[in-house]
Amino acid sequence: MDILSVDITVPLRSYALELKLETGQTTVALVGPSGAGKSTVLRAIAGLVHPSRGTITLGDQVWFASDQRIDLPPEDRPVGLVFQEYALFPHMTVRRNVSYGGKERVDELLERLRIADLADAKPGGLSGGERQRVALARALARGPRVLLLDEPLSALDAHTKATVRAELRELLHELELPALLVTHDFEDAAVLADRVGVIVDGRLVQLDTPAKLVSSPANPFVARLTGANLLEGNARRFGDLAEVVLDDGTMLYSTDPGRGRVGVVIYPWEITISRSTPADSALNHVAGSVTSLVTVDNRVRVQVGQLTAETSTESAERLGLAEGAQVVASFKATATRLLPLGETA
Amino acid sequence: MAVRRALFPLGLVVAALISGAFLLLPLIAIFTRVPLATLVDQLGSGVVKDALVVSLKTTLIAQAAILLFGTPTAYLLATRRFRGRAFAITLVELPLVLPPAVAGIGLLAAFGRVGLLGSTLQAFGIEIPFTQTAVVMAVAFVASPLYVRQAIASFEAVDQSLVDASRTLGAGQARTFARIALPLASGGLASGAALAFARGLGEFGATIMFAGSFQGVTQTLPLAIYAEFESKFEVALAIGGLLVIISALLLLALKIRLGWTSSRSTSPFLFAPTRSS
Repeated sequence: MDILSVDITVPLRSYALELKLETGQTTVALVGPSGAGKSTVLRAIAGLVHPSRGTITLGDQVWFASDQRIDLPPEDRPVGLVFQEYALFPHMTVRRNVSYGGKERVDELLERLRIADLADAKPGGLSGGERQRVALARALARGPRVLLLDEPLSALDAHTKATVRAELRELLHELELPALLVTHDFEDAAVLADRVGVIVDGRLVQLDTPAKLVSSPANPFVARLTGANLLEGNARRFGDLAEVVLDDGTMLYSTDPGRGRVGVVIYPWEITISRSTPADSALNHVAGSVTSLVTVDNRVRVQVGQLTAETSTESAERLGLAEGAQVVASFKATATRLLPLGETA
Repeated sequence: MAVRRALFPLGLVVAALISGAFLLLPLIAIFTRVPLATLVDQLGSGVVKDALVVSLKTTLIAQAAILLFGTPTAYLLATRRFRGRAFAITLVELPLVLPPAVAGIGLLAAFGRVGLLGSTLQAFGIEIPFTQTAVVMAVAFVASPLYVRQAIASFEAVDQSLVDASRTLGAGQARTFARIALPLASGGLASGAALAFARGLGEFGATIMFAGSFQGVTQTLPLAIYAEFESKFEVALAIGGLLVIISALLLLALKIRLGWTSSRSTSPFLFAPTRSS
């Protein structure tokens, strides 16, 4: 089994990208805001960008080593890079695009990615999903030992995306290749990858399974990225608990220890919505009016003040939720996490 | 008020009509003085036949040299960022604004008998001035910028991610050039080549200074017009008519080619972008 090992520094415009990463036959997703240097990581591994220092190795092959002055050109590195906009050659048919990387497995790949009937078409007439499959087939035709995917879903519309994402997940699983993908969407990363690395300002701030990132985010940025509410306030001890006074005066309680400036992390699905304050075990009740309702599949995202809660569409109907309705958002002290806000969020 | 509002569009139309008449009149004059039948007749005369052969031969050879050296030069200038790149591009474009007579005297000063390389060339028994080689060199010197500028712009327009994709698919720089950059730039390269060919065919100033005007050797069609117009005005006119037809056909072919690859309505831009990033 090949292990891809990356330890590089790449100077970018406003900061340096510094990354250390190892992966075997698993998929790692790098998530972060645009401009954080995620794509640069893939380009450096492919040999299109030259790091200022460090090493890139696959098994016992050295692709880049600044101290040995080794820097293999892209054509000598067995990678399959799928570009963000797919970069299909517009003057070649689908078949010739795929065979550009290698001629042996063309028919097999055309079949496998269900593009055999498009073999004689030019890329210009294809849909987003079809283009992506062609780009994947082309990258795989080379027989790569590492697969790199740059924002594989961003060029697709929301409807196509869900299907393509499920297909891609299956494909990545079957391939048993070290795969590295870059996305700005945590949900995509969580679906596609075994491990997710969060990159902010050129640094890997946390690398873990998606579940671990959700349950114990290393910092406020990771918490927000994974979809959690993040409410800022000042914490002090209150018996066994921490009492947090939010900037708008709301009082919250957490079982997490905390003191001073903190961010309270609470996930939307931990919050229940009711018409009046319930007599339950939850310590936290925030009253307010509904400012927006967004339906996502069978769930409704309800905005109450600065909190986002999620309920089933059924519950939302039963409660008669509408914009402007007065509601109470409740959640348990045990469902909250406190993050110290020493640095900028 | 209505009259004043109509003045501007009226002014535009009048100016356009004057421009059109000014450009068209000399062409009409050539073909009214020389009916098509006479023109075909004159083509049989020795002077015209010789000039046509010299012109086609030298222009085609010059064209081949321009493509052979100009294409790699343009690709280098389009894809590499280095110190002095702006200077190099200016140098490549310079012959475009240089008076042809200056080009001619410059070529003489470089390759002439008493020129910079004159004695070296003579030692090898090579004499360039007033030979067909001199015609080819004069044409290549004057016409090359039209091709190279267009080629630089065309190569720069090739999406960098396609070039990167080719490299990550295992193609080296040479294969990437041949299979990605060259085919994708081919439309622009063809139109640049057509412009350079047309310019080369009409070359006069540099040629007459560097190569002279000897019938059957260095006398091209434009030089033949000049040689004939005092004694045999009709012959000069016939050659003129011939050049008008060739040039118009070239331009037409170019327009059709461009209309086919893109929808630009005018001739391709003549200035290569000087992006430096």
